[in-house]
This record gives sequence, structure tokens and C-alpha cells, in this order.
Amino acid sequence: MNQQLPALLIIAPFLSALIISIAGWVNKRLCFPIAVVGLSIAAWSSVGLLLRVLDEGLVLYRLGGWDPPMGIAYYVDHLNGLVLTVVSVVALLNLIASKKTIEQDFPEKIGPFYTLYVLMVTGLLGIVVTGDAFNLYVLLEIAALTGYGLLAMGEDRAPLATLNYLYMGTIGACFYLLGVGYLYVVTGSLNMVDIARILPALYQSKAVLAAFMICMIGVWLKMAFFPLHAWLPNAYTYAPSAASSLIAPLVTKVMIYVMIRLILTVFTPKYVFSTLTVSEPIVWLAVIAIVMGAIFALSERNLKKMLTYVIIAEVGYMVGGAWLGNRAGMTGAILHIANDALMTLCVFLVVGNIVYKVKGYAFEDLKGLFRKMPFTMGAFVIGALSIIGVPPTCGFFSKWYLISGAIQAGHYGFMVALLFSSLVNVVLFFRVIEIAYYEPFAEHHGHNSLPEQMAEAPLMMLVPLLIVAAGLVLVGMYTSDIVNHIIQFAIPKGLV
Amino acid sequence: METIISIKPFLAVLISLAITPILVSSRAPNVREAWTFVAAAIKFLIVLSMLPTILKGTEIVYTVAEFLPGAAIKFRVDALGMLFALVSSSLWIITSAYSIGYMRGLKEHSQTRYFCFFAFALSATIGVAFSANLLTLYLFYEMLSLATYPLVTHHQDKEARSSGRKYLLYIVGASIGFALPAMLISYNLAGTLEFGKQGFLAGTGPKPLMAILLIMFIFGFAKAAIMPLHSWLPAAMVAPTPVSALLHAVAVVKVGVFSVVRVLTGVFGVKLLLDFNLGTVVCYIAAFTIITASLIALSQDGLKRRLAFSTIGQLSYIVLGVALLSPKGMIGGMTHIAMHAFGKITLFFCAGAIFVATGKKNISEMVGIGKRMPVTMIAFFIGSLSVIGLPPTGGFFSKWYLALGTLQADNWPMLVVLLGSSLLNAAYFLPIVYKAFFCTEEESMFENKIEEAPSWCVVSLVMTAIGSIVLFFYPTLFLNLASLAIGK
Repeated sequence: MNQQLPALLIIAPFLSALIISIAGWVNKRLCFPIAVVGLSIAAWSSVGLLLRVLDEGLVLYRLGGWDPPMGIAYYVDHLNGLVLTVVSVVALLNLIASKKTIEQDFPEKIGPFYTLYVLMVTGLLGIVVTGDAFNLYVLLEIAALTGYGLLAMGEDRAPLATLNYLYMGTIGACFYLLGVGYLYVVTGSLNMVDIARILPALYQSKAVLAAFMICMIGVWLKMAFFPLHAWLPNAYTYAPSAASSLIAPLVTKVMIYVMIRLILTVFTPKYVFSTLTVSEPIVWLAVIAIVMGAIFALSERNLKKMLTYVIIAEVGYMVGGAWLGNRAGMTGAILHIANDALMTLCVFLVVGNIVYKVKGYAFEDLKGLFRKMPFTMGAFVIGALSIIGVPPTCGFFSKWYLISGAIQAGHYGFMVALLFSSLVNVVLFFRVIEIAYYEPFAEHHGHNSLPEQMAEAPLMMLVPLLIVAAGLVLVGMYTSDIVNHIIQFAIPKGLV
Repeated sequence: METIISIKPFLAVLISLAITPILVSSRAPNVREAWTFVAAAIKFLIVLSMLPTILKGTEIVYTVAEFLPGAAIKFRVDALGMLFALVSSSLWIITSAYSIGYMRGLKEHSQTRYFCFFAFALSATIGVAFSANLLTLYLFYEMLSLATYPLVTHHQDKEARSSGRKYLLYIVGASIGFALPAMLISYNLAGTLEFGKQGFLAGTGPKPLMAILLIMFIFGFAKAAIMPLHSWLPAAMVAPTPVSALLHAVAVVKVGVFSVVRVLTGVFGVKLLLDFNLGTVVCYIAAFTIITASLIALSQDGLKRRLAFSTIGQLSYIVLGVALLSPKGMIGGMTHIAMHAFGKITLFFCAGAIFVATGKKNISEMVGIGKRMPVTMIAFFIGSLSVIGLPPTGGFFSKWYLALGTLQADNWPMLVVLLGSSLLNAAYFLPIVYKAFFCTEEESMFENKIEEAPSWCVVSLVMTAIGSIVLFFYPTLFLNLASLAIGK
């Protein structure tokens, strides 16, 4: 059984997606438990896989018993072991937390929604687990197409916003495919390890350079790296709560994983940081992404849209960290994949709860929320502190590594950008907290105001949210274990 | 230096945090307040139980979790931390009593929230006092900033909101903008953040870099209210008076100066500062703050605002004393943490008592108040003496040592600053007391009938006033701790 974990990881959610689509016709109430079972198996196998990797190192699995480079191989090492766990756990928590909002938002479409949801998670897990560059493209498209479906189920403006995303996402995927095509032309292989073995002899080739840069641009488009970000805010804002709290934490982070996988495994750090001389401008691009993300977020008067710009800034953190070209920066980027997924989940679940009770997410809708929904807002404060980067929440520690990386690389622009973004985040989040805390203003010193009745979200939504919020602190407390036992081995020894 | 491993410091931090769920869930206010007292008493006893060990010259260490190599969440109780923890944990008990009188007297809303965050803030304060390294200190420093935000903005009106903004902007802004990068740069230079007897930055960089780091640290810990990052403190006076009393005369601002003192002694070290002659820079910054703040205090009519500017000046005494880098000066600076705390908290308690009893906030409306509230105004007088630095109050000793310190450091300008500002202190405090008692019948704004604030308030302020006097006769404990802290 243990040997088949990598297959189980994909097959369990995939099959449950098929079953859900049938079950939806029979009885809508069956969909949710099946989805939970499917994603629980996925989460269980990814945790099992991570433990196996910690125990014995690289886990290799040949799909259908075919040998690479002909067959598809799944490689699980410390890097994707970590990301798999994050993806499957986040997806499962969000699934449970979102049950009520799905029932409220579109009771007649429960079957299709869960089918797409689970299928999308299958795609994301597949992207992370696969060791085949072309297979990755296929799974990328599975995740993207299901994602378009999920996002488009939202408000009136959702279909148009999603269409925009569809165009941009398809172009991004095409770029990636084109890059893989170049690689295939020069190496004759699609297996990542195989490509990495053949490439060093070809490092001077212009075709390899083209392949790398084209792949990168494709991946950047899909992760909404500034200035390729324009599709993201609207697509995520107008989406239904359940979809945005799945897609916002995971998709950009999985794409960061793909970028880091390309840098570390396929092209090797030696090629990317030494042979090529592009890392300096790319880190500056990340600086611009962070600053612009922060400024755009400041201009929003709408909680959900503000958060989407925060994501764009966070993407800048991770791209910049990865491209600093040193161990601390890379550690920060990988750690931030996990941390940012959790904290984005936290704040988007909060938005979900608010929308569920208040039916809105503009700043005016937030008045008096600390009285009405104290637990939800408590979780929001913790999520906000993590995004700002206040210890002991996890966001502080990834920022610590990122800034350390910037100092070691002598890239003070990146350091200043990170600090600037932290300061802007203070303004962003306390602006929201102020509205929820002070308004509507009481007559005099709050004496005359009648305390509003508490109207919290149902426990089904609240408990997962509080688990995530507590997780932000716990993950922060165990940072050194995560770094020493997992991330340290995810980065090749050559990178110092 | 001998060290003992013990969980006590961690418990001292946790105890007030641990009772917050009980505070939230208790329905009856009396039960809730009883728990506050229990926690405050336990905290004080834990701190007290470590005192004999510390006085023997032993240190108590406890590591909670190693976050990063060389930077764990770690507690170390040394003489300086002990001094600060003693002051804040003992005053918490008295302030809790005062809070009951004040909050109930004014029928304030959200009292549960108030007592919870107060407990939370005290956890953070003790955490700062017992931090063994810069990371732990930073963690609790930020925790304190956030825990005090709901206290400062307790009234939840427009004025509270704008003050709260200023509070966060200055304190969190400075710590993220200056202290955090300074800490990271130090970590990358030295590979550790552990406070050392002679600092950990010695020999890691050239003078300009050290000077920049020092400036970043000093302004980064904006709770020390060194000018120009001081204006959050007067703004934060919108808070209920017990908050101003404990947090803005003892905990928050002292955490700021405590952090600065730690940075000077534990991060840079006296030797490094002397070699590079960096102490003088800090001295002049502090001296500027002392004089300017005292001058501004003269012109303030709001009693709490006057006290706030007085606090800004007094905080810089502590920084100045330590930055003199002479043994006597450092002892003076460190003992001033304790002496000023007792004096200033008395003054704030009095201001609050006047507000509860009469609703008056401005000094110009307090003519003749001594006849109505004699106990309060006598306590006010004692508190003023302590802040000015006159016997028979504890403030005399810290000022005395500070003055000796300037002589020991051969720094005459600073002696002039100290004496000049003492005169200014007298000029902005004594007229209040004078007008309270000695005025004609026509001038007096109050009826000739004794009517004090609720007894919870009066008892607390009498106790802190007596404390100030006791410290004059028995200052040895704090002087010994300060001498131990500088290794003499």
C-alpha cells in the first residue's frame, strides 16, 4: 500500500470526481461526503509520502510500470513532498469550511461544483507530483480549465473576468508548452531528470536559453507576476467564495513551485544563476511587483479585491526570493509557499464567512463586525498579522529568510521592498480592522450604544477557519523543524 | 557566570495569558476581577521567587523553541530584567485595584475586553524583561504594541481612532521600518542575536555601519519616545487613565527604554560604544529630548498631556544615563526605571482620580482642588517630588547617580542638562500643587467639602505614593540590581 501512495494521491480524487458527477444526478447530498473522502485520501497519502521522503529521501514511482524516459515517472522529494501536503490539506480544509456557502450560493449546481473542485485539486496535485515536463502541461490545463469553471460561477461580472483569465491563462500555458517543445527538440526527452542530465553539455546553446525564458514567461503569466498580473484581481474577486478560497491560496503557489522546480531540478541553479545573468533584473522586477501590488491594494475600497492585490505582492516576494540565487532566499521562497498558502486561505475563509452573513465584502459592509462576528474577525487579525509579518506567526519567518537572503546577496532594493510592503500591509489591514472595530460610531464613549447581537457564521465554517488561524502560529513555532528537516534537503547542496 | 535552567520565567510570562479565557467566560464582574488579582499575585510571586537567585549573581535560563539557529525563543533572567519585571509586576496588582475603581466609577463599556488585553499586555511586558535575545525581545515588543492598541482606543470614538492610528503608525511603523532590518543586519553580521555581557556586535563592522545600526535601533524602538518619534505618547492619552498609568508610565514606555538599554549593553556593549565614541551621539539625542519635552510640558493645560510630556523627558534620562557609559551613570539610568515608575504612576492615578471625582481634565480648572481632594493632592505632591528628584522620595537617588555619572564621564554639558531639566520639572509640577492648596476663597473652583474618588482609586494612589517614599529609605534593592546588571 505504502508503495502505491503516489498513484493513490492522484487516483483517489480523480475517481471521486467522476463519482461525484454521477452522484449529483442521484442525490445532491451525496456529493459532499464523497468529495471529503476523496480529498482525505489525497491528504493522507501526501502526508504519508512526505513522511516516507523524510525517512528514505527521493521516492520514485513509475506510472503503470513504464520506465522513464518513455513512461511517466513521479518523483517525490522534499520540495514537492512539502507542497503536496500543503495543497491537499488546504483543499480539504476549504472543502469542509465552504460547504455552507456552496449550499447558499448555488443549491442547484452542487454536483458540478464539487466535481470541478475535486478535479481541480487532482490537477494541482498532479502538477506537483509529476516528473515529466509534458505531463505537467497536461495537468496544468486540467487545473486551469476546471478553475475557469469554478471562478465563472460567481457574480454577474465573473464570466467576463474569467474569460479574460482564460485568454491569459491559455497564453501562459502555450508559452510553457512552447518552452517544453524547445527542450524536447534539443534534448529529445520530456523527463525532468533526464533533461537535467543531458542539458549541461548544451548550456551555451541559444535554444536552451530560449526554452528556459519562454517557460519562465509562461509560468509567470500563470502566477500573475507583475506586469503579467492583470487577469487576477477581477477573476478572484467576483468568483464564488468557495472557489476563490481554493484558488487564491493554491494556484499561484503551485506555479511558484513549478518555477522553483524548473530552476532547481531541470535547469540547475548553476545554469540559472551563474551561466545566465538575468537574476538581477528579475529580482528588480519582483521589487516592482511588490511595490505595485502594495500600491494597488491601497487604492481598493473592497476587502476581497484588496486581498487579491496582496497576493500579487506576495508573488513578488517568492519570485524575488527564488531569484536572489542564494540559499536563504530560496529557503524563504519555499517556506513562503507553505506559509502564504495558509495565510491566504485564512483571510479568504474570513471573506467567505463575512459574505455568508453580511452578503457583501466592500468596506462599508464591514462595520461593527467585531461585535457581530468576533471569532471570524479574531482569525482575520491573526491572518493579517501573519501577512504583515509579526512573530510568532509564520509570515514573519519566511520574511526573515527572504530579507536575510536579500542582505546576503547585497540586494538592498529587495530588502526595502519587503519592509515597505510590510508597512503598507499594516495600513491595509488596520484600515479594515478600524472599520470593523469603530464603526458605526457610538454617541459618546460607547456608553449609549447597545451592543449588537452576535451573529457568527455556523460552526462548520468557523472551526476550520480557527484551525487555520491556529495553524499560522503553530507553523511559525515549528519553522526551524520545517527548514531543518524538509527545506534544507529540497535545495541542492551546490546553492549556498 | 553561573546559570540555572528553570521554567519559572516562562511561567511568569504565561500566567496572565492563561487567565484570559477565564476572564472572557466569567459572567460576574467580581469573579472576573478576582481572577485578575490571582494572576497578578501569582505573577508577582513567581518573579519574587527568582529574586534571591539573581541577587546571588546567578542567571536563570529557559529555552522554549529554537526558531532559527542562534535565535531561539529563549528567556534569561538577569539583574536588569529582574529590576524591570519587579517594577511592572508589582505595579500591575495596584493598577488592577485602581482599574476597578476607575472603570466602575465611570461605568465604562467593554470592561471584559479591557481586563483581558491588560493581562495580555502584562505577559508581553514580562516577556520583554526576560528576553535572552533580540528575536524574543522583538516578538514580545510587537505583541505589546498590538495588545495595547485596544486599550488605547478603548472609547472607540473618532478621537480614539485617530490616536490609535498614530500609535500604531509610530510604534509598529518604526519597529518594522528600523528595528527589524537592524536586527536582521546584526544577525547576518554576527550570526547570533543572543545578548552578551560585552555585546555581540564587537568586531563585526566598521564605525559608520555600527553608527547606522545604533541609530536604527534607538529610533526603531519608538516606545522609548525619543524625539522626533515621541508624538504617539501624548496622543495615546485618550486611553482610560489606568491604561495611561500602567502602560504609558510603566510598561509600554519602559519596554521601549528597556529595549534601548538592552541594545546599548547587550548588543553593542560598553566597550564597542566607547571605542567608537558612539555613546556621546546617544547622549545628545537624549539631552535634546529631555529639554524640549520639559519645555513643551510647561505649556500644556491638559493634566494628562503634561504628564505625557514629562514622561517623554524622563524616559530620556534613562537612555542618557546608560549612554554616559560610566558605571554611576548606568546605575542611575537603570534605577530610574523603577523610581520614575512609582512616581509617575502616582501622578497618573491622581489625574484619573480627579477625573472620576470631578470630571476635570485641565490644570486651569483645578484651582483649589486640594481642599476637595486633599489625599489625592498630597499623593500628587509626593509623586511630583519623586519625578523632580527631591528627597524624601526614591527619585532623588536615581537623579543623584545620574549626576554623579556625568561627573564620572567628564561630561559637563550633560550635568547642566540634568540640573536644568530638574528645574523645569519643578516649574511644571509645583504650581499645580500650590494652586490646589493655596488660593483665596474667590479663586477656588470647588466647594469646601471633602469628596474623594472611589476608595479603590484612593487606596491605590496612596500605596504608590508611599512606595515612592519607601524607595527613598530602602533603595538598596534596585541599586544592587543595577550594580549587578553592569557587572560591578
